[in-house]
Amino acid sequence: MTPAAGPKIQIRSVAKTFASGRAPALADVDLDVAERELVCILGPSGCGKSTLLNIVAGFLAPTSGTVLVDGHAVTGPAPERGVVFQEYALFPWLTVTGNVEFGPRLQARPAAERRRTVDRYLDLVGLRAHADKFPAQLSGGMKQRVAIARALANNPAVILMDEPFGALDAQTRETLQDELSKIQRVEHKTILFITHSIREAVYLADRVVVMTSAPGRIKQVFPIKLPEVRDRFAPEFTQSEADITRVVKEEVAKVRE
Amino acid sequence: MASFVSNVSTLVESGLRGPALTRRRALALQVGAVGVFLALWSVLAGLVVVLKLFNPIFLPGPWLVLGALAELAAKGQLWIHLAATLERVTIGFGVGAALGVGLGLAAGQLGPVRDVVEPLIELLRPIPPLAVLPLFIVWVGIGEPSKIGFITYATFFPIFLTTVTGVRQIDPVLLRAAQSLGARGLGLFTRVILPAALPDILTGLRLGVALAFFVIVISEFIGAEHGLGYLINDGRNFFLVEQMLAAAVVLGLLGYAGNGLVRLLERRLTRGQHPA
Repeated sequence: MTPAAGPKIQIRSVAKTFASGRAPALADVDLDVAERELVCILGPSGCGKSTLLNIVAGFLAPTSGTVLVDGHAVTGPAPERGVVFQEYALFPWLTVTGNVEFGPRLQARPAAERRRTVDRYLDLVGLRAHADKFPAQLSGGMKQRVAIARALANNPAVILMDEPFGALDAQTRETLQDELSKIQRVEHKTILFITHSIREAVYLADRVVVMTSAPGRIKQVFPIKLPEVRDRFAPEFTQSEADITRVVKEEVAKVRE
Repeated sequence: MASFVSNVSTLVESGLRGPALTRRRALALQVGAVGVFLALWSVLAGLVVVLKLFNPIFLPGPWLVLGALAELAAKGQLWIHLAATLERVTIGFGVGAALGVGLGLAAGQLGPVRDVVEPLIELLRPIPPLAVLPLFIVWVGIGEPSKIGFITYATFFPIFLTTVTGVRQIDPVLLRAAQSLGARGLGLFTRVILPAALPDILTGLRLGVALAFFVIVISEFIGAEHGLGYLINDGRNFFLVEQMLAAAVVLGLLGYAGNGLVRLLERRLTRGQHPA
């Protein structure tokens, strides 16, 4: 529990306009994410939350403003910022093991170390028995577990998750939320998590950031003061959910107008 | 007849929803089809002889073709012609594949290369390769270089085009995933772009092999002293229809084997990419 020297991720006045003349997608977003913190960004679809994540990942350049990770400006994708995508993005020609050890292999880690890394993270996501399977042989939930193990195995400074459970059925979705929460209690990663599910955000986040729509800005930040292990049916949980829902609804109503 | 019709409808139905044929049954059907074909051919050739429909020299039975093949093999001629054709195809296809894959990867990856190469190729591609064979002969003579060069020319196009498609169609999210895991430059190329484009490249190679056997025969018609195409043309000159058919059978088997070889390579290199 070493105190961090300043925020892990610093988003400073980030704005993004895709084409001149068009309305900006993001306007003046400021956000800090502390080390070991899991921050969920919540907002109606089209509010620019994925754009914000793509800027932090380095896939997109902001029109103005900067993103700092560990005090260094983001200029492009780099292994210090692991990404988990909604579409899993597993390499179909590699086995589960091959996918998880993709990062360590690039760093030319010795085979024995790679095997330990793969074993550790496959154990963590409960897929040790499927190590030699190919992605095509796995269900959606299993694929996303592999993608999470792959991101963790590369030991990034921060993990960016772009609606990672958005393509899964409700049942699998809750299971994966449970697992991510368990993993976070072990790994204590700094995570920026995009979602449009309020329940998911309240279940996982240390803080929930609600964004406005068109242009996307930060509307309100909700610290979630619930125990580490959360109960979706506890009154405090439902209360947080209700508080956030009220604020999100205002934004959804604005989009409708 | 009624039972035949009902059989067909059951067959169609099982083809639509029923379980897949077992390997054994599939093989039996395949062998059976070849057997029926040979039997029909035999009957037809026999009828020509018996009923004196026309000079039987035009349609020798399969046994005569087999006999001609055995004779060619026994005299050692077959191997010389086979080796000549195989050598041309191997070199011509090898060079065409190397150029097609190499240039295709470059054009798929690098915008400027694509802008220079693609218009040229789009202009040349619609010209049937056979139309340029006389040009090859005028330019480099009637010997080996024109035959090999012709195969290279013909096989280059499908391999180049499928390789470009393969590279261009890579899911951008895979590239993003690789980059955020630390892949850049050559590492990104060898570990992601190449394997991601491989299924399309292999399709191009399969098309290329088929085309190589297609065009070699024609170039061996002209000014060749060896080769299976020469054997066919020679058979035409001397009215040896069984020799023509024997060479054609060997060509068929070669093409079949070539296709099988690429398919084997496909299965080995892209294992796991098809749902089990």
